[in-house]
Amino acid sequence: MKTILGLAAAAIAFAGLAAAPLYLGTYGIGLMIGLIGYVTLASAWALFSGPTRFVSLATVAFFGIGAYTVSAFYESFPPLMVLGLAALIGLGVSLLVGLATLRLAGVYFVIFTFGLAELIRQLVTWYEVNITGTLGRYLFVSYGPEVVYWQLLVLCAVTFGIGYLIQRSRLGLALKMIGDDEVVAEHCGLPTARVKLALFALSSVIITLVGAIQAPRWTYIEPTIVFNPTISFLTLIMALLGGATRLWGPAVGAVPLFLLFEWLSANFPDHYSIILGLLFMAIVFVLPRGVLDFLEGLTARMKSERSRQAAGTAPEHGKGRLAEGEAK
Amino acid sequence: MTLMTALIAGLVLGGTYALAAMGLTLQYGIARIMNLAYGDMIITAAFAAFVLQGAAGINPILGLLIAVPGGFLLGYAVYTVILAPLVARAPNRGVLEVDSILTTFGLLFVVQGILLVLFGSNYTSYTFLNEPVNVLGATIAANRLIALILALGLGITLYLLLTRTRWGTALRAVAVSPQSAQLVGIDINRAAAFAFALGGGLAASAGVVISMYQTFTATGGVVFTMKALIVVIMGGVGNLVGALAAGLILGLVETLVSTYADPGLTLAATYAIFLAVLLWRPQGLFGRAVR
Amino acid sequence: MKSLKDRLRLSTFAVLAAASLATFALSAADAAAEERKSIKIGYAVSKTGANAGGAAMTTIPNYKLWLADVAANGGLELPDGTKLPVEVVEYDDRSSAEEVVRAVERLAGQDKVDFILPPWGTGFNLAVAPLFDRYGYPQLAVSSVTDKAPDFVKRWPKSYWFLGGGRDYAGALAKMAAAQTEAGVINSKVAMISVADGFGIDLVNAARPAMKEAGLEVVMDRTYPVGTQDFTTLLKEAASSGADTFVAFSYPPDTFALTQQSQVQAFNPKVLYLGVGAGFPTYGRNLGPKADGIMTLGGIDIKNERNMAYRERHKALNGEYPDLWGSVITYASLQMLADSIKRVGLDREAVAKELSTGTFDTVLGETKLEDNQLRQLWLLGQWQDGNLVGVEPADRPGASKPVLPKKAWQ
Repeated sequence: MKTILGLAAAAIAFAGLAAAPLYLGTYGIGLMIGLIGYVTLASAWALFSGPTRFVSLATVAFFGIGAYTVSAFYESFPPLMVLGLAALIGLGVSLLVGLATLRLAGVYFVIFTFGLAELIRQLVTWYEVNITGTLGRYLFVSYGPEVVYWQLLVLCAVTFGIGYLIQRSRLGLALKMIGDDEVVAEHCGLPTARVKLALFALSSVIITLVGAIQAPRWTYIEPTIVFNPTISFLTLIMALLGGATRLWGPAVGAVPLFLLFEWLSANFPDHYSIILGLLFMAIVFVLPRGVLDFLEGLTARMKSERSRQAAGTAPEHGKGRLAEGEAK
Repeated sequence: MTLMTALIAGLVLGGTYALAAMGLTLQYGIARIMNLAYGDMIITAAFAAFVLQGAAGINPILGLLIAVPGGFLLGYAVYTVILAPLVARAPNRGVLEVDSILTTFGLLFVVQGILLVLFGSNYTSYTFLNEPVNVLGATIAANRLIALILALGLGITLYLLLTRTRWGTALRAVAVSPQSAQLVGIDINRAAAFAFALGGGLAASAGVVISMYQTFTATGGVVFTMKALIVVIMGGVGNLVGALAAGLILGLVETLVSTYADPGLTLAATYAIFLAVLLWRPQGLFGRAVR
Repeated sequence: MKSLKDRLRLSTFAVLAAASLATFALSAADAAAEERKSIKIGYAVSKTGANAGGAAMTTIPNYKLWLADVAANGGLELPDGTKLPVEVVEYDDRSSAEEVVRAVERLAGQDKVDFILPPWGTGFNLAVAPLFDRYGYPQLAVSSVTDKAPDFVKRWPKSYWFLGGGRDYAGALAKMAAAQTEAGVINSKVAMISVADGFGIDLVNAARPAMKEAGLEVVMDRTYPVGTQDFTTLLKEAASSGADTFVAFSYPPDTFALTQQSQVQAFNPKVLYLGVGAGFPTYGRNLGPKADGIMTLGGIDIKNERNMAYRERHKALNGEYPDLWGSVITYASLQMLADSIKRVGLDREAVAKELSTGTFDTVLGETKLEDNQLRQLWLLGQWQDGNLVGVEPADRPGASKPVLPKKAWQ
């Protein structure tokens, strides 16, 4: 019953968001594109990195692959097919990378994925310079920002759908186990490597699609623009801020952060960096477990006060932003 | 260009990388802080050297005497004020890693913002000791040679200190196992603060030296962080000699690829080598198998 | 049970978040349509990130100087002689394409500014060009070097391109080198290196045919990645190639590194041509007399007193002289905008037409666009006695003669 209510609420939210271009101005749509884009990126990132606790900085590698695929093929194929192609390429690369790297642990994986993003950027640059002889591709599409927005929104909804299904399925349980202790999970007969690989591929394909969908916004595509490492960092920070192990966590981190960036860059263009940095540190100190956990803790506390239950039984929220359990 | 010239040019370039990476390896290996603001500390020192040289007429070599203690104190202050509470709070290494990444990411923005307000976002450079020096038939710039000598000197000195002194053994014990170190009476907080501060001092020395021959901007710190991180990981976390070796290897690879293959592929080669090392030895060239 | 409740609460939360977002965007949209007391001018430019260095050199100081000059003048003048103060809306695009697009949407759609000044860089000017076009804003794209300007003008009729294209600069270089070869000053061999990024590739692609056409022989043609610090191997190869002309289509950090390292290597080509950065004021000052003979894009006519006066004003306000390529053109483009407003008012359509067809009196002298492009440019400059003087086009009034071969480093 309550699940149905929840689904209905989600459907209403989706419908409301889908109608947004009808009453928002261009800036509003642009804002929503950025927002939904980051919500999707952060959620897709958390699909893999949340349960497995592998912090990936390869986000922009796949994002850039998506954007480049579109700029290379948008004239030759219809838009949906180009998106499909982008997804396929993203899938191929992610499987390749996943097979090679998922045995790396901890910070090694972090740095590996960062190196991967830079490697792909260098190779694309080299290819463009030496093989095609130009750098920078023009991308002129006939549709407006609304179409970009709707595509992103659908992708975002699909991402949440997948996250929801995974959490409810046996796969979700398996993932929880892998996240808690991989060795134990393996001893229980879980195909940990395959599960991780599948998730990595899934998450990477979604990220590739975000890049592919957003690319037409920029008219001009070059490696420095689409392989901008800031995208990886922001995605990671947003997901961690909200809480990467929850379905809604990344979104709860992405929305306020994104709006904050927007507000700061408009009102304090000269001191943007300083204020942002200070806020960041403040967030870590004040909300150590992520925003979502903080909110839940708050409501739980209010409730327990209301019902005047025994004091001292602090609500247990086990999950940190990402990692818990003993260091390996 | 002879092989010898290429090798020496590569070593000199690698000296810069090694110098930039040694502080980070201490901070990450011993203090257990993944310091994303590390490159911005380097840039801060570069600006300090620029100001000292331009306004006060103090040459960068003497500037080291001011910048390095400055970097040490700054590192100490950052650790005790900002990071120590996080360390105290974190239930385990995983949480600390995430928290320190987030916090130092914030710190990165603060430092960068302050530099932007003070110096603007212009390209900054000055010339110092840009004199040719002949080494085994290869001509290299004196300022770059200083970077190599300093990297080797500091690396070896610190390595000896870490392995031959009581104090060094304590630091290494903290790096290997903070819990056990505590059991044998080592004040791990002080050790970590000291290691982090030492890293700050090394970052400052790298910044001063690099500013002698490289153009820098207030927003360019992240490039140094990433290069340093690659060297640190390649060499094995917390391993000074590893950082030194990995830095030199990267320099050699870049120069050799540029000489014998295609200069357009130097950075691609850097990352490819790095990825290959990680896959072959995930713990780094000189890292211990179990962390 | 608990998890169900959680989920419910969270989906409610999502609905609330969506609703509050919508109101956030809406409430901002009702900009008041009061009586006009000011002219709103907006811009988004990279104050942080990878593009900040370039923007801080060519774009931001000139926007500041122009705004200060306008304010000192009592505001922007309208056709009826009244003057209105300028209200500035400024955003930082953080060197991100998505940000710059959104910031321009914001300036046009929400802030409803009267005019938008362009961002820095070729890529970013292209990224926002469709928006300027859709909202009917004239786009004074100064800091973009592109050979496709004529196509862009057709696509976006209110776009203006001020800095020429790779073919212009490469052609001028080839012409000079061919003339010097003919005069017997240098041999016909050329060694080229270029940075693997928009600017370097554009220029080297234009230079290859231009050199061939001019009868020059390219004996070395290498590309290096952005961020390269050590040029020892490239300089050695150039030195052993036998070319008298060395050309580097480089970015500022590379330009500085190349300058330093060619001194160390005692690399002394008879023609030394470097890319962006060799026209920075600090470049000439740091090198002193050693700079003499170095060639690059841009240059000025030091006998143009208005330009020299502009340079002093720039220094007084920003603490530094402007660079010797794009800066003065940025400032001139803004003067053209102010003059157009003075002649035809705030109607953007009319201003765009005036920019296309009018003749303006700017710090460059008499300025007129051809097919929405500024063609009176210094395409090749050379450092001579502490000034970067324009040498090509040689037939342009105020051109200096190139002094070659360049003296060896001391």
